[in-house]
Amino acid sequence: MPAVEPDVAIARADEVAEAYGSERSSLIHVLQDIQEEFDYLPRDSLRQVSERLSVPLAEVLRVATFYSAFSLEPRGEHLITVCTGTACHVKGAGRILDAIRRELRLADGRETTDDVKFTVRSVRCMGCCALAPVINIDGEPYGRLTVGRVREILSDYE
Amino acid sequence: MSESVQTRVIRALADLEQVAQIGRQRLYPQCIKLKVGLGTCGIAAGAVRLREALETEVRKRGLDAEVSATTCIGFCQREPLVDVQVPGRSRVLYGDMTPDSVGDLLDAIERGEVLSEHAIARADADDELVSGTQYQLATEVTEEDVPSFAGCPFYASQLRVATRNCGVIDSDSIEEYVGRGGYRALYTALTECAPEQIIQIITDSGLRGRGGGGFPTGRKWASCRSARGDTKYVVCNADEGDPGAYMDRSVLEGDPHGVLEGLMIGGYAIGTGEAFIYVREEYPLARRKLTRAIRQAEQYGLIGEDIFGTGFDFHVKIARGGGAFVCGESTALMASIEGHVGEPRAKHIHTVESGLWDKPTTLNNVETWANVPVIIGRGADWFASIGSEGSKGTKVFSLVGKVKNTGLVEVPMGITLREIIYDIGGGIPGDKEFKAVQTGGPSGGCIPADHLDLEVDFDRLSEVGSMMGSGGMIVMDEDSCMVDVARYFLNFLREESCGKCTPCREGNQRMFEILDKICRGEAREEDLELLEDIADVVKTTSLCALGKSAPNPVLSTIRYFRDEYEAHIRDKRCPAGVCKALVTYSIDPEACICCGRCAADCPVECISGKKGKPPAKATDKDREEGKAGEPFRIHAEACIKCGSCYEVCPVGAVQRT
Repeated sequence: MPAVEPDVAIARADEVAEAYGSERSSLIHVLQDIQEEFDYLPRDSLRQVSERLSVPLAEVLRVATFYSAFSLEPRGEHLITVCTGTACHVKGAGRILDAIRRELRLADGRETTDDVKFTVRSVRCMGCCALAPVINIDGEPYGRLTVGRVREILSDYE
Repeated sequence: MSESVQTRVIRALADLEQVAQIGRQRLYPQCIKLKVGLGTCGIAAGAVRLREALETEVRKRGLDAEVSATTCIGFCQREPLVDVQVPGRSRVLYGDMTPDSVGDLLDAIERGEVLSEHAIARADADDELVSGTQYQLATEVTEEDVPSFAGCPFYASQLRVATRNCGVIDSDSIEEYVGRGGYRALYTALTECAPEQIIQIITDSGLRGRGGGGFPTGRKWASCRSARGDTKYVVCNADEGDPGAYMDRSVLEGDPHGVLEGLMIGGYAIGTGEAFIYVREEYPLARRKLTRAIRQAEQYGLIGEDIFGTGFDFHVKIARGGGAFVCGESTALMASIEGHVGEPRAKHIHTVESGLWDKPTTLNNVETWANVPVIIGRGADWFASIGSEGSKGTKVFSLVGKVKNTGLVEVPMGITLREIIYDIGGGIPGDKEFKAVQTGGPSGGCIPADHLDLEVDFDRLSEVGSMMGSGGMIVMDEDSCMVDVARYFLNFLREESCGKCTPCREGNQRMFEILDKICRGEAREEDLELLEDIADVVKTTSLCALGKSAPNPVLSTIRYFRDEYEAHIRDKRCPAGVCKALVTYSIDPEACICCGRCAADCPVECISGKKGKPPAKATDKDREEGKAGEPFRIHAEACIKCGSCYEVCPVGAVQRT
């Protein structure tokens, strides 16, 4: 997804804050709703949220960077989450993550491909441990993976 | 989707019974019922396509059958699962179902037979746990070739209390929940019991919190009830963060009303109608199920004002987590509900006196709440008769990792690790040696084979340096490196430490660095001592349970597997062959069957050879015709040591040394 235009980001922040009655305690919910809409938190939205909820921008950013569900950068068209829970770890999640990153030619430290098509994240545990190792693409879970199967799955999204 | 048509408010027992009737008609219709397990695990195994295939085939054949949804009945290894119910016959659970096996299944059903190669277990009657009654399915045993649930090793020693409805009902239907005795306990509690009586029942039952600490639930409720203040809260902790544990997800997906009913009984006992359920970010299906369940309960007047005409009001809100492990800690969770970062605070004053917005708050986790209706329904004595001396009732474990039958198992407390891993779990796959079982998530430890006869309960697990935690049970075999496991948990903890207190923030980072050094073969003898020193400081001086228990994975692995640490440090060797820096992969040319699977799976194309008949078996003719293969070979300089070849080789020709 490309970056969101400032006026769109601000308008959405207004709407969401309004829906929660601009209450301080709704900060996380407000950010979650914005994240859901844009798949990331545009800086303009954060500034607007800070104003509407009367929470200093530093505090808004503190919350936005504390919780791993939030992203401050636009994400790729497809979101791939790789489970790295204990069961997945002992069944080779590291290998699966490496394979995906290699297939998508992701440089070290990068989460999103240059063409903004894929974002790859690891998550703590999806609670699908019996089918380890597990990944999730755009909300669709895939279990009992091997490196070979990962390639097949990815080719469906190319 | 089955939307409730009947939205008449339930006031009296007769109203509840009427809804129960509707539920029973849905559960046991006069036609064939095919229930597909559509929990998150089922979906990951392909259950959505399976349901579509079933629906298409049923329509094509004009069969008098309904295809419906349920969630996970625990046997995740055999997903996708289908439960087949033919009126008047035993109910049969089928596993490993694919769209391709649908035709065979329906053929068998139409012939009045069983598809034996997929059949797992049969039930002749359904237990209705809350009332202690049974619903008779078959007048006589019809599918005697299939073992009964009591005769199926995976289910034989299980007793499903918290998971009583999971995989049995369609959790989108409140009627089906009521049809299995749901909301009866709430009715009893509100109309027949004083709040103090409820607390007494819970205290007498011996119920302890299933979220990790094992604190006596009744005592917690009593303190909160007597705490000063008009506004109080009950909270359900559904921020199941322990990697490797998923019972709370399964209960929320499979039986959201069971949790709501427990929460309402708790609210009534403590003296509040204000509740929050904090659900973690990674469980979208659980959140949807719960949201729907709340709406249905509201439509029937089971949530809202003046419930059952008793004057008791109850309102519940769902708070969504943000993906932070520390929010499983009660004070951090409350900070998060208030909209702050999830940082814990010191608990000099307990949350039962000053919790959410500084008001008295009772927090229990999903599994604990799910037990409550059954305890009220069956009584404290019944519950206390199950389990061990200090730990009453059952516990749900997620039996995963290197074990044949992975899944969610609910067993009486006090059962041994051996029974869980070998009888229920069927042992270790591929003739490998059992090495350890990890319990308690990042706060727990690794328990070695010497302790397989340990009776599993809160106290015994602590005695061996681990803990119950939320019930993750990750089995590890000879291919798991215990130093790598410790490193894995410390990596987790250093990233999830909220950073508020120094010992946890810095200590976990330093412990991780040392473990990483050990795994790279660069550590010295003194490092092990330093590791133990830091562990001691972090354990005694951290602010919250995350830090206090963070050294457990390190200390328990040093305690039981010191030789593995020493092999890494002294001999620069990883006995399990996991630590990349210390292993090399090679292929035994004698054993190679020239199938080429390793090369096909190699992500960096560093394996070469020729597919064909293995040289030892190839004839001269094969060689002439070019059908002879050449053993595959790994080019060490290009190998990234990912281990894919080792995993896929069908004959074990790939060696790691």
